Amino acid sequence: MAKAKQEFATPVLADIPIIPAIAPDAMAHSKPFKAKPEHQEPLGFPGELVGNWKEKALDKMGEMLGKYRSLPVFLDACVKCGACTDKCHYYLGTADPKNMPVARQDLLRKVYRRHFTVAGKYFPKLVGAVELSEEVIEDWYKYYHQCSECRRCSVYCPYGIDTAEITMAGREILAHIGVGQKYSNEIIAKVHKIGNNLGLPKPALADTLEGLEEEVQEDIEVDVKYPLDQEGAEVLLVTPSADFFAEPHVDGLIGYGKVFHQAGISWTLSSFASEAANFGIFIGNYENMQKVAMRIRQAALDLGVKRIVVGECGHAWRVAYSFWNTLIGPFDFLDPNYPVPQHVCEFTYDLINRGALKFDKEANDDKVVTFHDSCNVSRASRMGDMPGGQFMIPRALLKAACNHYVDMAPDTIHEHTFCCGGGGGLLTDDLVELRVKGAVPRMEALKKVIDEDGVTHMAAICAICKSQFTKVLPYYGMGMDMIVSVHQLVGDALVMGAEH
Amino acid sequence: MSVLTAIFALLFYTAIVVLVAGLVAKIRQYARTPAPLKIPTTPAPTTRGGVVARLFREVVLFESLFKGSKWSWLFGWLFHFGLLIVLVRHLRYFTEPIWFAAALVQDIGVYMGFVMLLGLLGLLARRSLVDRLRYISAPSDYLMLALLIAIGGSGLLMKFVARTDIVAVKAFFLGLMRFDWQPLPADALLWIHLLLVAALMIIFPFSKLLHVPGLFFSPTRNQADDPRERRHLAPWAAKLDATRTLGN
Repeated sequence: MAKAKQEFATPVLADIPIIPAIAPDAMAHSKPFKAKPEHQEPLGFPGELVGNWKEKALDKMGEMLGKYRSLPVFLDACVKCGACTDKCHYYLGTADPKNMPVARQDLLRKVYRRHFTVAGKYFPKLVGAVELSEEVIEDWYKYYHQCSECRRCSVYCPYGIDTAEITMAGREILAHIGVGQKYSNEIIAKVHKIGNNLGLPKPALADTLEGLEEEVQEDIEVDVKYPLDQEGAEVLLVTPSADFFAEPHVDGLIGYGKVFHQAGISWTLSSFASEAANFGIFIGNYENMQKVAMRIRQAALDLGVKRIVVGECGHAWRVAYSFWNTLIGPFDFLDPNYPVPQHVCEFTYDLINRGALKFDKEANDDKVVTFHDSCNVSRASRMGDMPGGQFMIPRALLKAACNHYVDMAPDTIHEHTFCCGGGGGLLTDDLVELRVKGAVPRMEALKKVIDEDGVTHMAAICAICKSQFTKVLPYYGMGMDMIVSVHQLVGDALVMGAEH
Repeated sequence: MSVLTAIFALLFYTAIVVLVAGLVAKIRQYARTPAPLKIPTTPAPTTRGGVVARLFREVVLFESLFKGSKWSWLFGWLFHFGLLIVLVRHLRYFTEPIWFAAALVQDIGVYMGFVMLLGLLGLLARRSLVDRLRYISAPSDYLMLALLIAIGGSGLLMKFVARTDIVAVKAFFLGLMRFDWQPLPADALLWIHLLLVAALMIIFPFSKLLHVPGLFFSPTRNQADDPRERRHLAPWAAKLDATRTLGN
């Protein structure tokens, strides 16, 4: 069983980012709580370590090598050029060499070579091939839970090797021999059972939304609705369940409601599919990811909606944009005039372009805003018609709603963006040291624009980023309320009224 | 005919068979293994034409590596470009009449041998000097560089220091291709050069040199960004599709 968090020193932020010298085993103590049988079994995994774990792990690896082309290609192609070695935020923040993307891959690659390649069978020492052992399994568990699957390394790899694919495969193999991660698996089981990550049943959800309506009514004296299970609505909004109660997420949800209200488009949330997040992607398990996503198809059919819009959530948008059509498509029952699915930022952007929304930017004049590109949105999806729309559209919304906007350093935004440090199923208190240290590159870039441009707020479009920053900003002496939802700023500046 | 001629003849037949068969097997494996999900690293081209252009930039310009590491890019590109020209120049030993491309690079090709070596030495320096690279390097990673350096070095020695009987070497290879063996000159430097080249050919399909076919099959680079427009379904996933449920 993993130990509880230990004491650690918060890294000191450098003015000019440095690449640390390697510090072997610096994070060898870091691992998340292991899943118990009650977290494993609802997902179809064995409850605890199976007796013939070695054989089972190798069987699973062989099976996956035949099912996912990325695996044999990525495991064969690496030439150890080193271009990725200084790209991972967890390496930059911890200096543990096993957090260099190539070294993380090598944990799996060395076993692949030993058991699945000629060179590794006959010349293991020469090519760094290693027999699968308990120590290897232990390393997999530790270091495949020190990767947030952010794909930053894949941008710089001359062969496009994506460590996220390797991490997912590592976790998938581990889960199949009974060594799952508690945080992700417990959450997936909750979605299967109740419909969202938090386990919020319908009455709680209805109550929360009613409270929101009252709050908005009190605040701006407009009767904005937050409908639930409304059959025949035009749009089904699927959003991360954190939007229902967490700060600053809920302010984003309030903002979506204002946009829908002002556009005059009927919409609804679903109590059955009350979750956009899909942790199935984190554990690399196709079947669980499909099963989680199926709730949304079902809800869209049951409610008879014409469009599906997805709220602010990074990995959820990756699953929705890149995988939904594969997992739960085709969407021939929806209105073909709109993209399926549509990101809420695309939705709002489209309305702005059509002149349907008016903004009073002065409402945000007390803020100087920057934008944190979320990894899954940036490197694993798109918005709009053009490659790179995922960078342009959220910024266009911010600029429509705020007078003062600045970007962080160019090598820390767009496709080069750094993970918040909490993505990929690592947003759990048992990994808090990793999360704090992994945030270093983003914190350094943020500190720079605070010092130089007077930035007061950082907007994001990901529930995990928002929660992670809320947690780690105070470690670096910054206020936890610096982090805001894009649609909070949009909602605050939106001119509400009947004239549209 | 000497025993050595026979040994080298058989060695090169073996090498070419291993190289071709090994690569065909690997390419077949990659081609037959589905990529069940759309995973291009974005921003990515939205059309097939755009994907071809992206792969072209990766193959010719090493676009991603340029973003990642300027030193690796510089040395890596010098090595690969030098090697390409050197290989084209070597066509003159296998073609009669000599192909136009080989004749074209006849003069510059010699100097490209030095460019190639410079790139390799730069890569070796980086591998041995940077602590992060030392950590990720296996003996085979150094040996691969040593092998290539030895091939380039022995080739340049034959050109500038101890010239070999190149006419006889060409006769040997043309003979190999026509299954009409001709004697290989007795020249230790030549033997070393040829032995190492044959070794490289044999090692190719079992080593990281698989990055050559691998790049073309890399889903993060060869997929178009069009998942909303086109439904992508691998055969094994299609089977799940037929039975997908909520399971509750």
